[in-house]
Amino acid sequence: MSERVAVRKTYKLFVGGKFPRSESGRSYLVQDSNVSLASRKDARDAVLAARAAVKGWAGATAYNRGQILYRVAEMLEGRREQFVALGVPADEVDAATDRWVWYAGWSDKLPQVYGGSNPVAGPYFNLSAPEPTGVVAVVAPETPALLGLVSVIAPAIVTGNTVVVAASPTAPLAAVTLAEVLATSDVPGGVVNILTGRLSETVPTLAAHMDVNAIDLTGVTDPELAADLEVRAAENLKRVLRPVPVDHDWLADPGLGRMTALLETKTVWHPKGV
Amino acid sequence: MTATATSARSDLSELGRSETALRTFLHGLPGVDQVGAEQRAAQLGTRSIKTTAKAQAIDLAIGMVDLTTLEGADTPGKVRALAAKALRPDPADPSCPHVGAVCVYPSMVPHVAEVLRGSAVHLASVATSFPSGQAPLEIKLADTRAAVEAGADEIDMVINRGAFLAGRYSEVYDEIVATKQACRDAHLKVILETGELATYDNVRRASWLAMLAGGDFIKTSTGKVPVAATLPVTLVMLEAVRDFRAATGRQVGVKPAGGIRTTKDAIKYLVMVNETVGPDWLHPDWFRFGASSLLNDLLMQRTKLTTGVYAGPDYFTLD
Amino acid sequence: MFEYAPAPESRSVVDLKSSYGLFIDGKFVDPADGGSFKSINPASEEVLAEIAEGGAQDVDRAVRAAREAYEKVWGPMPGRDRAKYLFRIARIIQERSRELAVLESLDNGKPIKESRDVDLPLVAAHFFYYAGWADKLEHAGFSRRPTSQHSGPNPQPLGVAAQVIPWNFPLLMLSWKIAPALAAGNTVVLKPAETTPLTALLFAEICQQADLPPGVVNIVTGAGETGRALVEHDGVDKVAFTGSTDVGRAIARAVAGSRKKLTLELGGKAANIVFDDAPVDQAVEGIVNGIFFNQGHVCCAGSRLLIQESVADRVLESLKRRMAQLRIGDPLDKNTDIGAINSAAQLARIKELSDAGSAEGAERWSPPCELPERGFWFAPTIFTGVTQAHRIAREEIFGPVLSVLTFRTPAEAVEKANNTPYGLSAGIWTEKGSRILWMADRLRAGVVWANTFNKFDPTSPFGGYKESGYGREGGRHGLEAYLNV
Repeated sequence: MSERVAVRKTYKLFVGGKFPRSESGRSYLVQDSNVSLASRKDARDAVLAARAAVKGWAGATAYNRGQILYRVAEMLEGRREQFVALGVPADEVDAATDRWVWYAGWSDKLPQVYGGSNPVAGPYFNLSAPEPTGVVAVVAPETPALLGLVSVIAPAIVTGNTVVVAASPTAPLAAVTLAEVLATSDVPGGVVNILTGRLSETVPTLAAHMDVNAIDLTGVTDPELAADLEVRAAENLKRVLRPVPVDHDWLADPGLGRMTALLETKTVWHPKGV
Repeated sequence: MTATATSARSDLSELGRSETALRTFLHGLPGVDQVGAEQRAAQLGTRSIKTTAKAQAIDLAIGMVDLTTLEGADTPGKVRALAAKALRPDPADPSCPHVGAVCVYPSMVPHVAEVLRGSAVHLASVATSFPSGQAPLEIKLADTRAAVEAGADEIDMVINRGAFLAGRYSEVYDEIVATKQACRDAHLKVILETGELATYDNVRRASWLAMLAGGDFIKTSTGKVPVAATLPVTLVMLEAVRDFRAATGRQVGVKPAGGIRTTKDAIKYLVMVNETVGPDWLHPDWFRFGASSLLNDLLMQRTKLTTGVYAGPDYFTLD
Repeated sequence: MFEYAPAPESRSVVDLKSSYGLFIDGKFVDPADGGSFKSINPASEEVLAEIAEGGAQDVDRAVRAAREAYEKVWGPMPGRDRAKYLFRIARIIQERSRELAVLESLDNGKPIKESRDVDLPLVAAHFFYYAGWADKLEHAGFSRRPTSQHSGPNPQPLGVAAQVIPWNFPLLMLSWKIAPALAAGNTVVLKPAETTPLTALLFAEICQQADLPPGVVNIVTGAGETGRALVEHDGVDKVAFTGSTDVGRAIARAVAGSRKKLTLELGGKAANIVFDDAPVDQAVEGIVNGIFFNQGHVCCAGSRLLIQESVADRVLESLKRRMAQLRIGDPLDKNTDIGAINSAAQLARIKELSDAGSAEGAERWSPPCELPERGFWFAPTIFTGVTQAHRIAREEIFGPVLSVLTFRTPAEAVEKANNTPYGLSAGIWTEKGSRILWMADRLRAGVVWANTFNKFDPTSPFGGYKESGYGREGGRHGLEAYLNV
C-alpha cells in the first residue's frame, strides 16, 4: 500500500471576501509554497473592495462588530493546530486569539472612552464621537507573523475601518491562513483584504492612492522607504502611523493608540431651546 | 414672491372658516429656534447709536410712546395730567415731539378725550376685560363699544390665551373678528400676552392668527404678567408682520409693551425695526412702545444731547 | 431713514511701536541678518509697524532657547505651577482685551465687534481652559496603563513645538496653539502670519508681564521661508500648522520620516444644508454668519449653501434681504459687520475665483454697497445656479463669497456635501430631530453644526476629515497633539 498523497493548498490573495490569484498571474516561492505575488492592480482592486465595504461595516452596530471580532477569535482558536503546523508558536497563536477577544470588547466602549459631551459655554448640546477614518492601508510587521498581523488588523477594523494589508513578504502563510479564518467568521467581504508579495510593488501604490484615508507603516523596516511612503501619503493627507522599532514588544498591552490613530472625531452642536 | 403673494391672499382669507385649516396653516409656519432668535436679538442690541443717530432715534421713540397708566388707582385727575404730558412732554422745549397716544382704561377715556381733543395724539383704551380676557364675549364686546363711543380711536384687546394654548384657534380668531367689528373705525391692537405663550413658535402663530383675523397692530403684553416685552419676542413679531405683508399686501403694526424703561432699550428696538422690517415701520403709525417711565428717560437723554449736560429726574414732570 | 452715525472705537488704547524685533528667550531681539517687513492696516493700507524677518539663524536660536527652557525649567516644573502661569496669562488677556481687540482689527481688518465679542473672549477662555489641564494630565485618558491604585504615570510632553498660524484669527489661533502646548509641558516657537504679527508680539509682552520663564514662548515673525525653516528644524519635536491645504501638504512631506509629531488644521468647503422645514429666519442668520463672519476668512466657513429645492426661492429672497442689511466699512466702527479683506493678495484670489464663477455661468449678486476707496474690500456676494462642477463650488475662496446649490432629498444633500476632498465642517438646518442625527452620522466633517453655525468653544474639539487635516484642537482631544501618547 502506498502512502496517501497529500492535498496541497494554493495560497492566494484575499480580496473582497474571495481568494483570487494575482491578476498578474505571478507567484513566488516562500515557506516552501507558491504564494501569489500581488501587483499594483491587485492593490487597486483591494482598495476598491475595501472602499465598497466601508458603508456596511462602519454602519454596522458596535455590538455587531464586537460579536464578529469575537467570532474571529473563536475560529482562530479552532484552527490553532493549523497555525502551529505553519510554524507559528502555540503561545503566539493563543496571544493572537486573546488579542482578537481584547479588541472585540472595545467596539462598544471606545466611543465612550474617547468621546463624550463637552461643556461649552452656551445653550448648546455638544457631543464628540469617534468615527472610522475609512480605508486603511497596513504594512504588517515581518514578525511575529500572526500576532503582529492581528495586532495591526484588529485595532483598525474594530472601529469600522476597512483595511488593505500588505502581509509579511517572508512569512505570508500565516496571513493567508488568517484570511481563511476571517472568511469563515462573518467578517463581511472587503473589510479585510490581504495582499502577499513584495512590499515595493504594492505599498507605494497604496501610499499614493487618493482613495485611501490612512496608512499604517508598522512593518516598514527601511527608514528611507518609510519616509518615501510618508511623502506619498501626504498627497491626500493620509493619517500616518509610523514604523515601530523591530524589537517592539507585541505581547505588551497595546493601549488605545492603534485604534485612536485611525479615528476621526466628529463634534456635533445643537442649540437647546423650547 | 409677488405671484405667490397674490394666490396666497385669496387662500388666507378663507382660513378663519375652518378650525382645521387654521390649525394646518399656523402649524405649517416655519419654526423659531429659540437660541438663534435670542442671539440675533442680542447682536442687534450691540449696535452703537451715537450723536445725530441718537437724536433722531430719541425723537422717533418719543413719538412712538403710548403713554400708559393702567392702575386701579387711576383717577380723572391722574389721567388728565398724563394727557397733558402727552401733548407737551417737555414744556421747556417746544421742539420736543408729542407722544403717539395715551393709553388708559375705558372708564378714563372721556377724561383723556377732553384734553386730547383736536390734537394729533391718539387715544388708546384697553378693552375686552383687560388684562385677563376672562369674561363672556358679550361683555368684552360691550367693553370695546363703550370705549370707542367714549372717544378712543385705538383699542388694545387681549386674546384668550387659555383658548389659544388649548388649541382652540377658531375661538380666538372669532373673538378678534368680533372685537374688530365692535371697534368700527378705531384701530385694533391685539395683545398676545407673549409671556404666557411660553414659546416663540406660539408667538409666531398667535401673531399670524391676530393678523389673519384683522388686527391692525400686534402687541406683546398687558404689563400685568411677570414677563413683558423682550427683544427676541419683538423680533419674532416683526418677522411675522414682514412676512404677512409679503403674503397679503397688508401692513400691520407692532407694539412691545411693558418693561421698556430706558432710552438704551428703546433704541435697541428701533435698530431691530430698522434691520428687520425696514424704514416702512419706523413711524408711530406702525410701531409703538407701551410704556410710562420710558418717556422721562427719553426726555433726559434728549436734554443731555442738546445741552451736553447730564440731566436729573427733578427737572422732568412726574405725571 | 435711520442712518447710524459713525461709532468708531478709539485707537488710543493701543500703543504701537514703530518697529518690533523677534521674541526669543524672553527678550525682543534683532534678527541676525537685519531683515524686516511692514505690517499694514488692510482697511487703509497705512503702515502700522516695521517687523523683524526671522531667518534660519534666528529660528535656530529660538529653537535652542525653547529646548533649554523645556529641559531646565518648563518640563520639570510641576503642573500646578505651569497652570498658574497660564491662568495669569488668561487674566492679563482679559484685562487688556480692548487693547488686543483694537490691535487685531487694525492689523487684520476684521470688524471690532467680532474681535471684541468673539476673538478675545475665546482667546482668554482657551488659556483658562487649558490652564486647568496642566496639573491633571494623568486624568486626561492618555496614560498608557491606568490602574486602580495609581492614576498612572503622567503622559509626557513632546518637547519643543513649532507652530505656524494663519492670519484670519491671529490671536485666537495663537491661543489654540500655545495654550495646550504649554499646559502639556512643551515649550514653543510660534510663527505668526506675515500680514498679522502684531497681536502675537503684544502677546509676547504679556508673557513678560506674566513673568513666564524665558524661552517657554518664542515668537519668530516672518513669511513662508521663516515658517519652512522652523518646521524643518531638527530640534523640533512637534509641528502644528493651521493654514492652507497646499502648505499643509508641503509640511507633511517635510516632516516625513522624522520623529516630529504633526497636526494640521487646513482648508474647507463646508456645506450648509437647509431643509424645507428649517427655522427659516435663524437659518438665514446662520447662512450669513456662516459665510460673512470674518469676511469669509474662515476655514470652516459655510461656503456652499445647499437648499432644498422646494424652498430655494423663499430662502434666497430672505437671504438677499438680510444681506442688504450688512454694513461694510471701517473695521473699527462698532456697527461694521464686514471689514477689510486681509491683504491685496487675498483680494486678488477672491476676485479671480469670483470672476471664474461668472465666467462659468453662475449668476452673481451683491447688495448695493459702497466700498471705501483705499484698502482691500470685497462686497458680500452670492452665486446662484452653481453646480458641483464649478470651481467656486470646489475650491476654497476664503472670502465673502457664497455658492448656492440645490438638492431634492436628504440622501442627495449628503452626497453633495461629502463630494469634496475637504471635510472640516458642515451645517444642517431642519426642525426634525431624527433627520439631524441621520445627517450628522453621514456627513464626513469634523464639526457638524445643527441649527447653528460657526460656534467655537475651548472644550469642543475642532478639526477636519480628509484633506482638511488631522488632529483636533480644543477639549481633552486637543491635549493629545502635545503629549507623547
